[in-house]
Amino acid sequence: MNKNKEKLLAKRYSSEKRFQFLGKSAIFMALLFLAIFIFKIFSTGYTAFQKTWLIVPVNFDAETMYLDANPSKEDLEEADYFEISLQSMFNLDKNANEKQQNELKKMVSYFFEREIKQELINDPSLLGKTKDVYITASDDLDQVFKGNYPRDLPENQRRVTDYQLKIFDQLVEQGKVESKFNLSFFTYPDSREAELAGIASSFMGSIFSILVCLAIAFPVAVLAAIYLEEFAPKNRFTDFIEVNINNLAAVPSIVFGLLGLGILLAVFQLPRSTPLVGGITLSLMTLPTIIIACRASLKAVPPSIREAALAMGASRMQTTMHHTVPLSMPGTLSGTIIGLAQALGETAPLILIGMVAFVNTIPGSPMDPAASLPVQIYIWAESAERGFVEKVSACIMVLLGFLIVMNLFAQIIRHKFEKKWS
Amino acid sequence: MRKNGVNMIKISAKNVDVFYGKKQALFNINLDIEENQVTALIGPSGCGKSTFLRCLNRMNDVIDICKVQGEIVINDFNINDKGCDVVRLREKIGMVFQKPNPFPKTLYENISYGPTIHGMAQSKQEMDEIVETSLKKAALWEEVKDRLHEPGTGLSGGQQQRLCIARAISVQPEVILMDEPCSALDPIATAQIEELIDELKKEHTIIIVTHSMAQAARVSQRTGFFHLGELIEHGSTDKIFKNPDNTKTQDYITGRFG
Repeated sequence: MNKNKEKLLAKRYSSEKRFQFLGKSAIFMALLFLAIFIFKIFSTGYTAFQKTWLIVPVNFDAETMYLDANPSKEDLEEADYFEISLQSMFNLDKNANEKQQNELKKMVSYFFEREIKQELINDPSLLGKTKDVYITASDDLDQVFKGNYPRDLPENQRRVTDYQLKIFDQLVEQGKVESKFNLSFFTYPDSREAELAGIASSFMGSIFSILVCLAIAFPVAVLAAIYLEEFAPKNRFTDFIEVNINNLAAVPSIVFGLLGLGILLAVFQLPRSTPLVGGITLSLMTLPTIIIACRASLKAVPPSIREAALAMGASRMQTTMHHTVPLSMPGTLSGTIIGLAQALGETAPLILIGMVAFVNTIPGSPMDPAASLPVQIYIWAESAERGFVEKVSACIMVLLGFLIVMNLFAQIIRHKFEKKWS
Repeated sequence: MRKNGVNMIKISAKNVDVFYGKKQALFNINLDIEENQVTALIGPSGCGKSTFLRCLNRMNDVIDICKVQGEIVINDFNINDKGCDVVRLREKIGMVFQKPNPFPKTLYENISYGPTIHGMAQSKQEMDEIVETSLKKAALWEEVKDRLHEPGTGLSGGQQQRLCIARAISVQPEVILMDEPCSALDPIATAQIEELIDELKKEHTIIIVTHSMAQAARVSQRTGFFHLGELIEHGSTDKIFKNPDNTKTQDYITGRFG
């Protein structure tokens, strides 16, 4: 009898130990995957925050630019920079033949002419002098400098030629290649050239979409939740509505994309590819999330508070607006932020309403065409150039950072403002 | 307010039936409540005494399936009439609940809420006065006068309940309903509340639901005994406790069941 008891006890302890072990291994696995994921993203992405520049001496020769000795500002704007830009590249190797000259030109981004022009406009006194100018290297050389380029491939299998590599190595030796913080990644819109591509357009697109989404979803959802929870009679019809709100939350997002395409674009003729349409589409998706969060936090307000207010002679409206709703706000707001964070990461519906278009302008309002961060990731991930690989990871980092900040904000609201019930 | 040595009738319930859905919770209750007296409602759990109490300020309206029939006349007015305005009614009839339920706001806001929504104070000064007198009447002023702007939920249980009483009397109700106000409190806090009830009956009519027969005997002048949804017996507390007419009352009082 006693022995049996001992055995049973040992069994109970060992089963608890087994359970704890399994739980710990599950958590360990989850953390491991997370660590691998983050390591992979960071190790591929961090180089995107650096950009390679070639330092090229440029001769700002007034004659070549068809300028007189004292040009006005307009003259400087309209001058011909192409010739001096081309010349300064050709000067890297004075003995280059025509084919090699062409290769020299391709060592820098096609923005080089604009960069040289900016230099002179910033400092007109350079006219007639020679100065070292920072010029954005081509994406392939950028990758070479970062050590991501397979230099040992046979020449016909890579885009950088042996000649370009030779000149580039010479420049590196002379200290004429520099790596600096890649500001243009944040300030430039998308581009077909990896070295010039930035997230400004998609970042602004995401912000505008989220704002439109918030402006529509939040008031509608909160009003719906308050009415359903505090005022609506509990009957079959409201049960039916409740079930369908829960169903709505489970609808795949691409379906909302089709809805946006079929109704907002086709019927209402709203401008396609814009954050306005994106935001409305996303708001349909966020609506049930906010309704559910708001109803849950309204339900969490103890009935004793409502009774206290009602017994003081407050009307139902006063009870709701003075007590229940303010008390439910922290939960509602953090639910809203979680819903928006979900919407922020949504890709499929935005692709359907055309926010996948190549946009090389920065949107100034929700009515301008734009991409969004997740769609930008999708576009870049599809691109063949090696330079976009790191950009994809960098863009993911920005998106994750955005999401982490939002979730942190939700947590803070929840912990700081949520009332503790006595 | 006596008339020929007999107390005025404040509330008169006539043939009150209450249903929760199909289940009948109260059967044909007839009870008169006298003015400026403490009336205790006693009885075993589930006997309907709280339900009856909640009829008096129409708090049962909150429960969808609850239906009240019969007449409850307060100041010559049947509160179950369609024309009765519950907001006005609840201004006249305050309530204190079983569990202290202060608003999660400051002490000051807890007291000033009622006067604010009913427009009872014209100025900040008037409001300060209302808050002070209410707290004084609830015997809480001395303990909290220095922290009126701290949250009401930070008080002890007994203080919270007195805060709720102060909140209830802030709108100067004629009647105060108390639903087991001491059941969540320790004996010392209970004694304080009981003393308070005795004080309050000078200005208010008080109806208290209680589980404790000792409490009913201590604080009340009138007592009603409920059992299984029926009002078995009612009368002066002395009579109910010393010489009840009904054997069920006798059995309950002497602790044979309940």
